[in-house]
Amino acid sequence: MSPFQGIEQYEARTEDYQLLPFRFILLDHDRYVLTNLAGEYLIAARKTVLDLLQHRLSRTDPAYCDLRARHFLMDRSSSIAPTLLSLKVRTRYHRLAEFTGLHLFVVTLRCEHACPYCQVSRQSEDTLRYDMSTETASAALDLVFRSPSTSIKIEIQGGEPLLNFGLIQLIVREAEARNERFGKKLAFVIATNLALINEEILTFCRDHSIVISTSLDGPKDLHNASRPRPGGDSYERTIAGIRLARQFLGSDQVSALMTTTEASLSRVRGIIDEYVAQGFSGIFLRPLSPYGFAIKTRSYRAYDTERWLDFYKQGVDYIVELNRQGLDFAEYYASTILKKMLTSEDPGYVDLMSPAGIGIGAVVYNYDGSVYASDESRMLAEMGKEQFKLGHVLMHRYEEIFSSPNLLDPLEESFAYSAPMCHDCAFEPYCGADPVFHYALYGDYLGRKPESAFCQRNMETFRYLIQKMESDLFVKQLFTKWANR
Amino acid sequence: MLKLHGQLPIVNASRGAPYLVTVTTHDQLPPDQKRTRALLMKPRFDPTGFKTILVKKNESPRERTEGDVFELSADYEYLDEGDILRLDPVAGSMRCLYRRNSIHNTILLTEQCNHYCLMCSQPPKDVDDSWLMDEAMELIGLIPPETEALGFSGGEPTLRGDRFIQLLQLTKDRLPRTAIDVLSNGRAFKDLTFAAKCAGVKHPDLLIGIPIYSDDPVRHDYVVQSRGAFDETIEGILNLKAVNQRVEIRVVIHRQTVDRLVQTCEFLARNLLFVDHVALMGLEITGFTRPNLDLLWVDPYDYRDVLSESVKLLNAYGMTASIYNHQLCTLNSDVRGNYRKSISDWKNEYLDVCAPCTKRDECGGFFSSSKLYKHSAHIKAFP
Repeated sequence: MSPFQGIEQYEARTEDYQLLPFRFILLDHDRYVLTNLAGEYLIAARKTVLDLLQHRLSRTDPAYCDLRARHFLMDRSSSIAPTLLSLKVRTRYHRLAEFTGLHLFVVTLRCEHACPYCQVSRQSEDTLRYDMSTETASAALDLVFRSPSTSIKIEIQGGEPLLNFGLIQLIVREAEARNERFGKKLAFVIATNLALINEEILTFCRDHSIVISTSLDGPKDLHNASRPRPGGDSYERTIAGIRLARQFLGSDQVSALMTTTEASLSRVRGIIDEYVAQGFSGIFLRPLSPYGFAIKTRSYRAYDTERWLDFYKQGVDYIVELNRQGLDFAEYYASTILKKMLTSEDPGYVDLMSPAGIGIGAVVYNYDGSVYASDESRMLAEMGKEQFKLGHVLMHRYEEIFSSPNLLDPLEESFAYSAPMCHDCAFEPYCGADPVFHYALYGDYLGRKPESAFCQRNMETFRYLIQKMESDLFVKQLFTKWANR
Repeated sequence: MLKLHGQLPIVNASRGAPYLVTVTTHDQLPPDQKRTRALLMKPRFDPTGFKTILVKKNESPRERTEGDVFELSADYEYLDEGDILRLDPVAGSMRCLYRRNSIHNTILLTEQCNHYCLMCSQPPKDVDDSWLMDEAMELIGLIPPETEALGFSGGEPTLRGDRFIQLLQLTKDRLPRTAIDVLSNGRAFKDLTFAAKCAGVKHPDLLIGIPIYSDDPVRHDYVVQSRGAFDETIEGILNLKAVNQRVEIRVVIHRQTVDRLVQTCEFLARNLLFVDHVALMGLEITGFTRPNLDLLWVDPYDYRDVLSESVKLLNAYGMTASIYNHQLCTLNSDVRGNYRKSISDWKNEYLDVCAPCTKRDECGGFFSSSKLYKHSAHIKAFP
């Protein structure tokens, strides 16, 4: 007789099993997406889900093994699942303990562009009124270094921040000097339209390892139409600026963001082609945010979520095909979501965080010393809604600012895991709370999810990404790479 | 295949206990050294004062010496300066424990094991072999510190408990620059105190290789023939990583594991992303694999796409992954970056069909046992 036993000898001795916490949602006509506590997903047929829930799924069902191995069910053959699940959940949330890592400095509201979708800028020449003062910058740096985060990123914003380059230099030098004592991982970004870039500025950037983030909306006509400036040469200046900045800093030190407008919607391929032509390794196909002039000028409502989704899917489809032909090019919104789907790491993207990323992921020091819970919060404030103003750098202490009810209330009330409908949603691990968006459009931190454009857009994006990778191994492998970028 | 152990005809031997001795090819040594050396005899050498003299057939030294004299057959022509042997002067048995010119020296710490793997290459024996640990301790003292790498294997080395930790400590003290690979099933490390003791040695280059054969606990338990093994092994790995000990996951690919190989790699990426290395390994046709061959055999050529998918997945997650024990002509070209020549030199061979192959130097070839018993039906020379 063989001394070896068959596999059935290692199964549990009883047929019963226990369900671990998971949620499910319809993917298409007959299939469901199941997500476990750590955000891992499985696709299952309706019958499998029903059998599973009624505790009558047979061990011989091919889905049984997968459900057990991915911690959706547990039987008496193994009890390690809770240990691994909790480890993954802890990993997902480990960023919370770090607290605020991204600190945005609005060094001026002045800008020489006049973009209709812009949320904040001013054309005023009155420097005193719209520039940050050195006193304000210094007090803001006090707050920056109160953050327990082991890595600090300071993002210089505007307006067009290069209009106040003197203050940028001061902030960078001062932050570096202070960090000698703290030893944190310190990084700088300047978000600029590059129209005013020059060798002197770039030399400073190079010497202080500052990276550049710029705006590129697409091909020349589209870009110049949505980003008017005196001379109508925004595109030419941006492209020249990108080239010059890459020469000084290295090509991976310059990134670009595009803003979607009504005019973009029919031109996703052209926009992507422009990014490819300019040598970028990816693009962020962004939805337009509902703040500032965007709402005032009605450009936000000029197209609805459905149209944006069409635009987005066409774009990702096209990018996938480019990759199939051998080009290495990513879509960053998908990458962010895929990181949440395929890894236990949180990408730290403020709009898709729960608890929300406001204040505890990123914080904004406005030109006038006001502290806002996010970039969108200060845009909302420009519309007269001060709901997310946390205090003032010269008037409030760190403790007052970060325990302000204007921060704690929305964090608590919007937390998706306990929000109505979100709590039951299988996509909750991939989604975010975004109280600022909901407050801006619906007047409270939660909104009603069936009416929420945020909910509609993201749910559809999640379904689309899952369907796409589940039906094509090449896409699954590509998406796995994006998730781990 | 090199013959690492066997019987040596005794020409003349004391009746003493077995001992370890270092091979030398120089007869002019200080008396102290001679007393701990085995001289590889050559004409006109003076064997006086050596602990042991190893002679070729019909080449016995003319003068009588104090030392033990054994006859070496052609099988042992590989023996060279610095190699270390265990000799039993009563039984006439010899085991080559260390070859100085090899990076594949593995020290057997015990033949006992709490697993009974379907494909075990070193079938466990339930006998008291604690002397192996004593021998290993002595051996570590003899091995030169410039040795690049050493393996500790079993059986299950951690069954020796604190003696195993002592061995690691001794190895760190004596051989601080030698990379140590331990093959363990990891279960003992479910005791966090034991894991902490292991990491507490602070060995500069210690890697614990631990097998996970499936993402499905039942299948893993089945392959290792031990109920509850999966849970304890996972706990052990988590503990080792919690105390910052380097860990390698080893997956042997055969018919009982290949169907869930992609899922297993996905499991590693999702649950054990922090391990230091993943080895996807071909089957060695020795030990229990031979009686279980029908249960285990799958032609690597037939799973080449599954292997590609698995490796791509691990690569995408940024895990360091290697393919061991395979032949290049059975794999897709997209996994070349992960391919390693891994088969230990003493049991590594090629087929006749490999003779004209242009990639032979890059290829790991075969286990001697594969050549003898079973190999892929798709071996062909690259033009």
